[in-house]
Amino acid sequence: MAEIASQKAPADTPPPVEMVRVRINDMDVDVPKTHPDPLTGKPVPTTMIQACEQYGVEVPHYCYHPKLPVAGNCRMCLVEYGLPALDRNRQPILNDDGSPKVQKMPRPAIACATPISPGMEIYTDSPGTIEMRQSVLEFLLINHPLDCPICDQAGECKLQEYSYEHGQSESRFVEKKVHKPKQVDLGPRIMLDDERCILCSRCIRFSRDIAGDDALGFVNRGSYNTLAAYPGRSFDNNYTLNTVDLCPVGALTSKDFRFKMRAWFLKETKSLCNSCGTGCNTLVGTREEVIYRQEPRENNAVNSSWMCDYGRLNYKWQSSENRLKTVTAMRGDIREVLNWSQLLGEIIPRLQRFQPGQIAFIGSGQMSTEEVFLFKSLAEKMGGLVEAYSSSGESDRLLLNADRLPNTNGLRIHHFTTSGQISPSSTHISEGIKKGAIKALFVIREDVTAHGISIDLLESLELLVVSDIHRTPATDVAHYVLPGAAHFEKRGTFVNVKGRIQKFMKAVEAPGDARPEWEFLHEILHKATGQNGFSTIEGLFNLMAQKVSALHGLTWASLGDLGVQIEIPDSR
Amino acid sequence: MAHTEKDHIKVSAQLESEIDGLISHYPQKRSASLMILHRLQEEFGYLSQPAIEWTAMKLELQPINIYELVTFYPMFREHPVGKTVVRVCRTLSCALGGSHQLHSHLCRKLGLNPADKGPQNTPDGKFTIEFAECLASCGTPPVVMCNDDFYDNVSTDQADKLIKKYNQP
Repeated sequence: MAEIASQKAPADTPPPVEMVRVRINDMDVDVPKTHPDPLTGKPVPTTMIQACEQYGVEVPHYCYHPKLPVAGNCRMCLVEYGLPALDRNRQPILNDDGSPKVQKMPRPAIACATPISPGMEIYTDSPGTIEMRQSVLEFLLINHPLDCPICDQAGECKLQEYSYEHGQSESRFVEKKVHKPKQVDLGPRIMLDDERCILCSRCIRFSRDIAGDDALGFVNRGSYNTLAAYPGRSFDNNYTLNTVDLCPVGALTSKDFRFKMRAWFLKETKSLCNSCGTGCNTLVGTREEVIYRQEPRENNAVNSSWMCDYGRLNYKWQSSENRLKTVTAMRGDIREVLNWSQLLGEIIPRLQRFQPGQIAFIGSGQMSTEEVFLFKSLAEKMGGLVEAYSSSGESDRLLLNADRLPNTNGLRIHHFTTSGQISPSSTHISEGIKKGAIKALFVIREDVTAHGISIDLLESLELLVVSDIHRTPATDVAHYVLPGAAHFEKRGTFVNVKGRIQKFMKAVEAPGDARPEWEFLHEILHKATGQNGFSTIEGLFNLMAQKVSALHGLTWASLGDLGVQIEIPDSR
Repeated sequence: MAHTEKDHIKVSAQLESEIDGLISHYPQKRSASLMILHRLQEEFGYLSQPAIEWTAMKLELQPINIYELVTFYPMFREHPVGKTVVRVCRTLSCALGGSHQLHSHLCRKLGLNPADKGPQNTPDGKFTIEFAECLASCGTPPVVMCNDDFYDNVSTDQADKLIKKYNQP
């Protein structure tokens, strides 16, 4: 919760917050009297559940979520508590030893909506509290279908978890369960199972207050209480899949992930979304080299706990048929398959044959910061021009950025543009090729035919080396094709639009002979210049941090899981 | 419930100004929701989807907000009803006094299936039969209401007479 504060409130002037001493079970703790509201940032009273959370005491809950308004409808967080006893004159009654006498309240309170007060005692594991949890859970399970064997939430379901801890082994319910709609097509990406829904309203609050699309509601309140969208209206904003993450049970399911894989088989890797410049932190769920889903990972400096549907589902390209899996060279009209050492043996002498200015290196905002660094170093050694192009689309008010490349700022910190501007297309490379001044191109992760360099021009070159992950018109005419790795298949960093440098980890192996670009760039640089570098990403990053002013003082380890804010040089 | 863009609700200028008056009684627009829905149902007999959407538009809300209300209160109807709505009380003393038998009798007499749930309309559109909760005359069960008229101690013979009475053209 403290981290949310830094997201909303200005960091420079945090007003001092009064501390309140309360007792959680047997532990005396000091808790800030107020917390910033997750939506408005205004101070609101700290609640029991927040105090417990701060000190690692779990209070089971369903409807409460630290980033949503409090609804207080699931009752799972009921706790017993005590307050200092007061006498008739509202003076504290003291024990014999002079300490204030605490009186246990006759009725429990919901921890998510009850503010703390000085001297309060919260009993999260008293027999009464435990009994209440068991009863609430028993009620929640009365109409629950218990179809866990076929439920996508199984393994990460709060109903299962709390049943394990607080549930009973037998149901006392002998009546007929209420049946509700089982397959409700809420929108293009969401399927709803109303029988599993425990009516916590997290999805309603998220859609209304975070996504700004008040599309969901409860209809037929009563025994047949049902989550629904307005009839005929599709739940289709760009943030709908966050409701699947928020859903504590298996009611809201992602059509993309539904029935694809049991959650407990997934290996989760910390990664980043590469669909735009925001750089949402993600967890990539994989099993046996196949990506099954992408979920947001909390980073309050970037994406809070959310990500957009567009970015979340934009991972299928990683396994597309179109992936380049072999190193190839053009021999006349025939494309021959090489291995990496053959390739390096051939292209390094050929690259070295050109005079300074005759060769241009075209990079991309899809490359990692380390790869841009190596590519720039190579270009400098060979006296080549460097260029990269921008790619933009529509932005929205929440997370999707108009800059559709994950690492445009990574290009900027390396000044990876000779023309001084990263734009959708520039003419100086194509003009140079036309005039015959530029005779060779080395391109990584960019289809240059989409940025003003025609196939005819590419074919007129003496040497065209292209590294990409997918087949493009440019790889079809390249003299050498170097299959690269998607960011899911390697480690590295991206610098987001706000200048935050963040790490991504390797989730799956690259297909076939494809290799991370930084590995082969390191080898080319090493062989071409005789200078050794680092063959690990940690060493490479640390070397780069010493050489690039924007990164001074950073190490791979110091980036942590959430990244570090850096200054982006002003030159665009 | 199928509806298309073409579906409209014709709210006369007079009704709209009346509803604007209702809205002005409340510090917040959405507080007028129930009053508007009552007024629209009085006017049109039921609350169609266009009526719900019109209400939402009027109150600067999303249709789902109004739809939640309409589906909660049994007094709001989403479907057209017959000319005469017969409400049979089924709360305890009426249930003991034979209201279920009375309901079955009325349904059979009008060619409806007593086992069906919810309000039922006769095909000719003249009658709707439904159960209601307590109509506040527990000493004289079973009781029914035909539109706004109240009848207690209703025997099957009296029920037949009621049907005849309300079956006038």
